[in-house]
Amino acid sequence: MDITFKNVTYIYQRNSPFEHKAVDGLSFHIPSGSFVAIIGHTGSGKSTLIQHLNGLTAPSEGEVHIGDFKLTNEEKPKNMKELRSRVGVVFQYPEHQLFEETIAKDIAFGPENFGVDQKEIERRTKEVIRQVHLPEELLDRSPFDLSGGQKRRVAIAGVLAIQPEVLVLDEPTAGLDPRGQKEIMDMFYELHQQEGLTTILVTHSMEDALKYADHILILNKGKKFMEGTAVDVFSQREALQSVQLDVPEVVEFLIKFEKKIGKQIPFHNQSMKELAEEIRQVVKGVDEHE
Amino acid sequence: MRRELIEFRNVSFRYDEQSPWVLKDLSFTIYEGEFVAIIGHNGSGKSTIAKLVNGLLFPQEGEILINGIIVNEETIWDIRREVGMVFQNPDNQFVGATVQDDVAFGMENRGIPREEMVKRIEETLQAVQMSDYRLTEPHRLSGGQKQRVAIASVLAISPKVLILDEATAMLDPKGRKEIMGTVSELSEQRGLSLITITHDLAEVVQAERVIVMNQGEIWEEATPREIFSKRNELRDIGLDVPFVAILAEGLKQVDLKLTKEPLNQEELLEELWILHSKT
Repeated sequence: MDITFKNVTYIYQRNSPFEHKAVDGLSFHIPSGSFVAIIGHTGSGKSTLIQHLNGLTAPSEGEVHIGDFKLTNEEKPKNMKELRSRVGVVFQYPEHQLFEETIAKDIAFGPENFGVDQKEIERRTKEVIRQVHLPEELLDRSPFDLSGGQKRRVAIAGVLAIQPEVLVLDEPTAGLDPRGQKEIMDMFYELHQQEGLTTILVTHSMEDALKYADHILILNKGKKFMEGTAVDVFSQREALQSVQLDVPEVVEFLIKFEKKIGKQIPFHNQSMKELAEEIRQVVKGVDEHE
Repeated sequence: MRRELIEFRNVSFRYDEQSPWVLKDLSFTIYEGEFVAIIGHNGSGKSTIAKLVNGLLFPQEGEILINGIIVNEETIWDIRREVGMVFQNPDNQFVGATVQDDVAFGMENRGIPREEMVKRIEETLQAVQMSDYRLTEPHRLSGGQKQRVAIASVLAISPKVLILDEATAMLDPKGRKEIMGTVSELSEQRGLSLITITHDLAEVVQAERVIVMNQGEIWEEATPREIFSKRNELRDIGLDVPFVAILAEGLKQVDLKLTKEPLNQEELLEELWILHSKT
């Protein structure tokens, strides 16, 4: 589903001394099927933005379009439930929301609420447990016997079981060790491709944004600060630093390389192999311009 | 010859008789003033080592000596005076209403006189660059600042060894670098032994020696440079290989000869600069 924000502003505690704009005149477009990373500090408006995506909040001003659904200050879609069945949100630390006796019941909770019939729920449960790389034998166990990483997978399976078209991930790797982080992100990427999802990843990790996203949106104080491909965004290191954001390690290296060697190797999201070859050409002086 | 400070002699540990061994016949020595990194992925047994050192757990087989004293129920209070620990989540270790109360807590438990406490609070907060925050409430601090205070609290009881058990895991890369800089400086100034337990290879760079744990056993014991050169093997046991080591590997494959395994970007750039100026 295409997602479009048109001049969206969201005001907290309007007409009170505490009134402030969490999101301020935000416009962007996410084409269906893309993988978008949203980056910004605490307080940049990321969480408020996410809450618009499944109608948890409606904009104070402007319009949000999600597929055929339209949200404005005046009109909420009548079929909000349908919107929520099509936009799955994995909130931060989703394992805190597990509550059922068994993993199977926990996964079934979402689809049951959306009126999916039992047979279909059983089929989906088996499918999603496989998709999050957990063994089917676990289904009858309590979710609370699992390790932290496994619990998170169960919670994610519960979101996948509603078969969303848009998957919103709010810092899905927070608190996991590097191996767990990589496994979870690779899993989402696989799902994104296999299921043709539109994926929206809220993250602090520039490395993840570089690795997985085909479009990056950077927020600062509720406003859009920058937008584009990894190359567009990460080439502007000074601008990023002005809002205390880092660049991925490879970009940092290329900047230092230019300072030290005096020759520039542009960042174009090259593979490590390509980068090594480019460095060799510069260092060995086989550059055709010389 | 440096004095031995921590010694593991054929230590095996498991949580109960039905469980598999977490540590298997483990032996190693850490010397006074030494900076050692213990690295391994989750479940490799690395955190169990930390808990054994200060008697939070006891081994089923073998023995552990700290400064010549065997760790057991009778000696743990003496041992804990020698061993300072900082854990992963700073929020779990705060007890004081202000930063200085928090630093005082460990000293109060050890019955250190007030004048001495005041002196040490000042000293240790200065050492971790947190003097300006003496009266701040801990929950107002950033993650990195909290860990600094936690380190100050431990330093205040003047231990012989400081153990950081994944103490930077919840910090961003910048916070991580700063904390590691602070502790390695402190260990040099005070002749303190430093053990950092981590899964982040970038954090072992400053260590003199690295112990790599895998499935409860020592997989390798070597300098950081030697460890960095074993990229494929590290990946096999679930560790992330740092960017600079991956790039060094790529450069080798395009026949760019480096004289040594680079530990950071600066070392690699230095080599590239020399190669470049030769052509």
